[in-house]
Formats: sequence, C-alpha cells, structure tokens
Amino acid sequence: MRLLKLIPDSTNIDFMRWRKLGLAISVLLMVGSLVVVGVRGLNFGVDFLGGQMIRVTFTQQIDVEQLRADVGRLELGEASIQESGGPSSYQIRLPKAEGGEAAANQAASQVRSLLEQRYPGARIDAVETVSGKVSEELAQDGALSIALAMIGIAVYIWFRFEWHFGVGALATLLHDVSMTLGFFALTQLQVDLNVVAAFLTIVGYSLNDTVVVYDRIRENLRMYRKMAIVPLINLSVNETLSRTLVTSLSILLALGVLLVIGPEVIFGLTIAIFLGIFVGTYSSIYISAPTLVLLGLKPDSFLNYEESDRAGQNA
Amino acid sequence: MLDFPRWKVWSITLVILLGILFAIPSMLPANLKARYPSFLPSATISLGLDLAGGSQLLLEADTADASKQRLAAKEEEVTQELRRNEPRIEIGDISTSGGRLSFMVRNPAQVDAAVERMRTLSQPIDGLSGQRDWDVQVVDSSRVVLTQTDAGTAKALRDAMTVARDVVRRRIDPQGTKEITVIGQGQRRILVQVPGVEDPEALKSLIGQTARLEFKLVDLTADPGQVQQGRAPPGSQVLPLADGTGFMAVNRRAMVTGEQLIDAKQAFDQQNGEPVVSIRFNAAGARRFGRVTQENVQKPFAIILDEKILSAPNINEPILGGQAQISGGFTVETANQLAISLASGKLPVKLNVIEERTVGPDLGKDSINKGVIASIAATIAVILFMVATYGRFGVYTTIGLIVNALLILGIMAVFNASLTLPGIAGFVLTIGAAVDANVLINERIREEQRRGRKIIDALETGYREAQTAIFDANITNVIAAAIMWYFGSGPIRGFAVVLLIGIVTSVFTAVNFTRMLVSLWVRKARPRELQL
Repeated sequence: MRLLKLIPDSTNIDFMRWRKLGLAISVLLMVGSLVVVGVRGLNFGVDFLGGQMIRVTFTQQIDVEQLRADVGRLELGEASIQESGGPSSYQIRLPKAEGGEAAANQAASQVRSLLEQRYPGARIDAVETVSGKVSEELAQDGALSIALAMIGIAVYIWFRFEWHFGVGALATLLHDVSMTLGFFALTQLQVDLNVVAAFLTIVGYSLNDTVVVYDRIRENLRMYRKMAIVPLINLSVNETLSRTLVTSLSILLALGVLLVIGPEVIFGLTIAIFLGIFVGTYSSIYISAPTLVLLGLKPDSFLNYEESDRAGQNA
Repeated sequence: MLDFPRWKVWSITLVILLGILFAIPSMLPANLKARYPSFLPSATISLGLDLAGGSQLLLEADTADASKQRLAAKEEEVTQELRRNEPRIEIGDISTSGGRLSFMVRNPAQVDAAVERMRTLSQPIDGLSGQRDWDVQVVDSSRVVLTQTDAGTAKALRDAMTVARDVVRRRIDPQGTKEITVIGQGQRRILVQVPGVEDPEALKSLIGQTARLEFKLVDLTADPGQVQQGRAPPGSQVLPLADGTGFMAVNRRAMVTGEQLIDAKQAFDQQNGEPVVSIRFNAAGARRFGRVTQENVQKPFAIILDEKILSAPNINEPILGGQAQISGGFTVETANQLAISLASGKLPVKLNVIEERTVGPDLGKDSINKGVIASIAATIAVILFMVATYGRFGVYTTIGLIVNALLILGIMAVFNASLTLPGIAGFVLTIGAAVDANVLINERIREEQRRGRKIIDALETGYREAQTAIFDANITNVIAAAIMWYFGSGPIRGFAVVLLIGIVTSVFTAVNFTRMLVSLWVRKARPRELQL
C-alpha cells in the first residue's frame, strides 16, 4: 500500500527567506483586523449586551419583514431579527427592557403570545434573558479569561524554554486572536459566550504547532551549536512541517464535518476554532519562528540551561 | 521503550476495559438499557440543559430589601423587649429610616438601662473577634440608635441565603421528586436549574414572590385624606392595595404572620366558588388569631402579602379553629402558586431573576442527533486520513482513537459530567486533535528511519524524542481549558470538561496504548522494514 505523503520526505523550503515579507503581511492583516473591529464593531449577543433573545422555528417559510413589523408594533425597543441555522428558524433579539426584571418578563411573554397568535404552530426553541449587570460581568470575565490564558501560556513557554520563546508565543497568540476577531467583525457573526470558549480553545490549540516547532528549535540548538540561527530555524520548521500539516489537517477535517452537518447552534463556536487552527498553523511558521530571530535568539542561548534540562529529561 | 512487561500490558488493558465498560450505558438506546445487567456500572452521561431542555435561572438577593426586612424584625424584637418585658421602658418615635433603627426613651433616667438591654439583645458574630451584629449608640442624650455592623450584615446575608436556597427548592419541587439543582454562587446569588420546564414564567413567579404574609388590624382612626397622602397615625402604617386602587392604614403590629402557618392549600370559597388559599395556623398562631378576632369583632383586618393588602374583610365572628382563607381575586393557578409559596415559608430576602435561559426540548433533541452523526462522521474521516497517511501505524492510531473516544465517554459517565452543546464541539475537536500525539511519534519515527536508524532504534528514539513535544504542546491546552472551566458556566464548562478529559485520555492512549500495540506487533512479527 502506498502511503499518502502530504509533502515529500525531506523538504528544504527556505521559509525564513520570506520571513520579513511574512511578518509584514501578518502585521498588516493584524492591524487590518483591528481596524475592521474598530469600524464595524462586533455583533455582540445578549450574553454581552443584555436583553432578550428568542429563538423560534416556524412551520413554514415566513416573511421576515412581516415578522419585523409585528415585533416592532409591540414597541419593545429596536428588535433585531436574524436567521439562525435552519431555513425557517429565526432569532429575535430585544434590547434590555427599561424598568428591569418585571419589564423583561413582560416583553418575553408579549413576544411569546404574538408568535402564538400570528404564527400558529411556531415552536419557541429557546429564550434567554440577561440583565445588564450579568452581561457586564460576562463580558468582563470573558475578556479577562482570554487575557489570562494568553499570559499564562506565554509565561509557561518562557519557563520551559527561554524568554524569547515566551514573547514569540505571545506575539503568535495576539496574531491569531486578532485575526479571528477581525473575521467576526467582517462577517458580523454573533459573538456570544460560546465564541469566548472558542477563543480560549484557539489560544490553547494554535500554540500547539508553535510549541512543536519551538521544541525542535531547542533540540537543534543543542545539536548544531555552530549553525547560524536562520538556517537552524529553517531546518526545524522543515523537519516538523509534515507533522504540523497532518495534525492541522486532521483537526480541520473533523471540525469541517461538524461545520457542515453538525448542530447549527454551535456554528459560531466551530467556525471560530476552525479558523483559529488554520491561522495558527500559518502563524507557527511566520510569526512564532521569525520573532525569535527578531528578538536576537543566539545559538548559545540554551547552553546555560543544559544542566537543569538534562536532569528534567531523565526524570 | 518497546519493552513491555506483562504487568504493564495487563494494567493498560484493564484501564481501557474499565473505560469501555463505563462508556457502554451511555451509548445504549433506552429499550436495551432496561435489560442491561444490573451488576454492571449503570451511570450515564447526563445531558446539559441546552441538550435536555429546561430552564436555568440566576437569582440575586435584593440586599436593600434584606436590610429592610432585618430592620423590621429588629423593631419587633426591640419593642417586645422594652415594652413587654419587666422592667418596662416606655419608648416612642420609632424610626427605621436611613437603614437604622432608632427610638426615643421617654424617661431620661432609663436611657442607660435601655442601652444595656439593647446590648444584651445583640449577638456575637463568632467566638473569637468579639464583634457583635448590632451596634448601639445614644444620640442627643435620649435617642437610642441601632446600626447593623458590617459583620452582622454579612452574617445575616449568609444565613438568609442558606434559608433562601431551601425555600426555593421547596417551592419549585414541593414533592422533592425532580432533579433540580439549587446552588449558591458567590455571596448573594443562587443558580437554579430545572430540566424540562415548559413554562419558565410560572417558575419565575413562584420564586419571585417573597410570600411574607401578615394579618394586621385596620386602623379605623386614621384620617382617609391623610392616608391617601401616605401619612398614618403613630403606631400605624400606610400600605397600598394589591389591586392598585388606593391605600389603607393598618397597625404596625401584626396579629399573626406567615411564620405561624403550618399548611396552605388552594381551595374554593364556599359561598361564591372563587379560588382562594386556605391556611391553617399552628397552636400559638391559632390562639393569638382567636384572641385578637374575639376582641375585634365587626372590625376589619387586612391580609397583607409582601407589603400589599390583598383584602380587608370584616371579622364577623371570632375565628377560633386556627383556620382562615385568603381571597384576593385569584385564579386557580395564582392561588395554587401562593399556596405553594406560603407552605414553603417566606423567602428571607427578595430574589431577583438576573439571568434566564430556557431551551425547549425539541431543539436539544435535534442538536443531539446532528451532533452524534457529525461525531461519527468526523471520526470516520479522521480514521481514513490516518490510515492513508500511516498505513499499519495509522491503524494503530485509529484503534487508539476509538479507545480514546470510549474513554472520554466512560470518564464522563463515572463523574456524571454533563454533555452540553459546546461539549459536542469539544468532543469532535478532541477526535481531530487526539491523533496529534501519535502523529508526533509517527513523524519522528519516519525521521529517525531517514537518518539511518534501524527499526527498533528508530521506534525507540521516535517515542522518546517525541515525548517532550507531546507534553509541552498539551500543557498549553490544559492551561486554556482550565481557565475556561474556572470562568465558564453551564454549557461552557461542559466544553472545558470534555477538552480536559480528552487531553488526558489522548496522551494516555498515544503514549501507552498505541505504543503497546506497536511493540507487541514488532516483537511478534519482527519486521525487516517499517512502512511508514
């Protein structure tokens, strides 16, 4: 049986030759992403804005404009209506009710009875009500948890490797997270709690490739003490290229299946992780590695660590 | 590296068999599960609310209301102590404004005695600090001011939340048969999860009612004009009517309260057939109610629920049996709700719903079906990819992958973890990522072979050298997933749990199980070359 080889056995691609170009493009894309986020903003769901979300499935195709007008007549503030998943599933979002809890309850039952009257057989799949206080906390916690995860991982890498690697990891994470944010700003896909979970997952998994490359760089730094840093990084990236591609492809394959035939409700979560893995694969080559060169990693950077590391390996 | 002593083979096999055994109940369809032998483990993975359908409410104590209630209780305690216990101290001008309780002592000579008795009323917070729950001071030489200390407030809130959790549980589930979750979160929040509730509105109105019931005499001496402006004679207070039609002055002191109830049921009025709540007082309550009604025949008394007057019937004759009924324009449903609320006791603090998430049962079912199909399809896709890429080693990877999936399910079942909708995504992601450790190893073996190492040597070096990368690469995932678990709630936690379990099991299967398969094969077949 002939085995599938994604790439030839021994590649010798001069990745680092384009490192400046790669870095420049990445920085441009990052800045672009942040600009898009700034200009278009993110489409936050009720989790972070507060208010109400009602997910409803109708028995047949309905006229969205009609529905919009019907909901508008209830005068509950500016409602937004989006398709969600299936062809006749919609998500009705209402802003925070003025007058607190009682008003919010009333708004929900008003919409409920409207749907029951005007669209007999409509199925209310989910109702979410989030008060302003809770949504503020959720937003804070979400941002805090992503920041903590990024810093935690960077610090871990710093301890396990060298400070250059920690900074490189942080740069990689910033890149991946801002690109994914840019994607959400561009597509205006809803950002809810699930998406925060997706970001944390990206933070964990996008560094997967980076860590493997770093691990090989460290190994090669010990093995080839005389080699200049740029060819050494090239060698390390080439050596791990096959693994990087196979693993990333395997994850993308699994997630791709989930995207196409999985439950619609977690589409946002899945697409975010899918994209993050994709971007993470690229950035492990063009962000993580070149930053080491930029930060002036020297072939002898690990020499003074030899002792303690050998002890660690034997353990 | 490839040396596998027999005990190791057995223990790895045992762990895996156990995992599979625990995974089986969760995968059986309901009809087969009934016939599943009872001596085998039967714990299954529970479904999160987003898959099973149900409601989740986050309640927050209204601390302003709590302090109001505490002041009212304190006022009752203080008047009881000074006006009725010997030696009596005459006090007046009781005020609870500004979050403090204050009163005048009529006889200046008794101020010190009053302060002394107030001090004995206050309770120490704990044995060590010597702090008390109320602070007693004298202002303007004759006014005694009681302020609750911070420690006292905190303790009162803690106690109130403990009681509130019990009350909430009793109200939602009077029979104690449902699988509901009522847990405290932080200092002043309660998380309630009720699977399969169709109507969250009813649930909320059950919890939303403090259900503080009081029976008070109507103050007939009050001037109606003054009452409508909110002013009442001393010893009385003005309360609104529940139907919003006006105000009424009632005595501050209650004849009886809901605390003296032993039972409350929904019933129908015997005269007009209207739904009412029929209540029964305990012995002490019945005695008091009997005495007061005897003394006040032909006068009206007010039935007050949560500071609103439901009705103010006339006392036609003394009510001696300890039975009474509450009318107030109820429907059968609202009467029933009030009966449940009264029977479960009043909430020591008003609870506001600050977050609600309800998922209908159909959406969950649909999601499970799609999730299961997608998980299976994703697994098959990854298997094909692995076998095509690594041949025989791909088959080993695949066996490891399936074992890994079963282990995840088994561990989740053992810990009775909830599978949530994001958890499905976590499962699929883990399936894709679980091969990573194997990929690292396989690629390394390929590499070592290219470097000219012999088969055994290449395998050994491959497994050894890949380990640090496997370890470091997985730690980053653990950090992210742990933070997610810490900050997340409900569905997100379910996702983090699947990720964490998946990371552990995938490393275990790659480093132990597939390696064992490989070594057993190498030992048996003694291959001349590795096709990898």
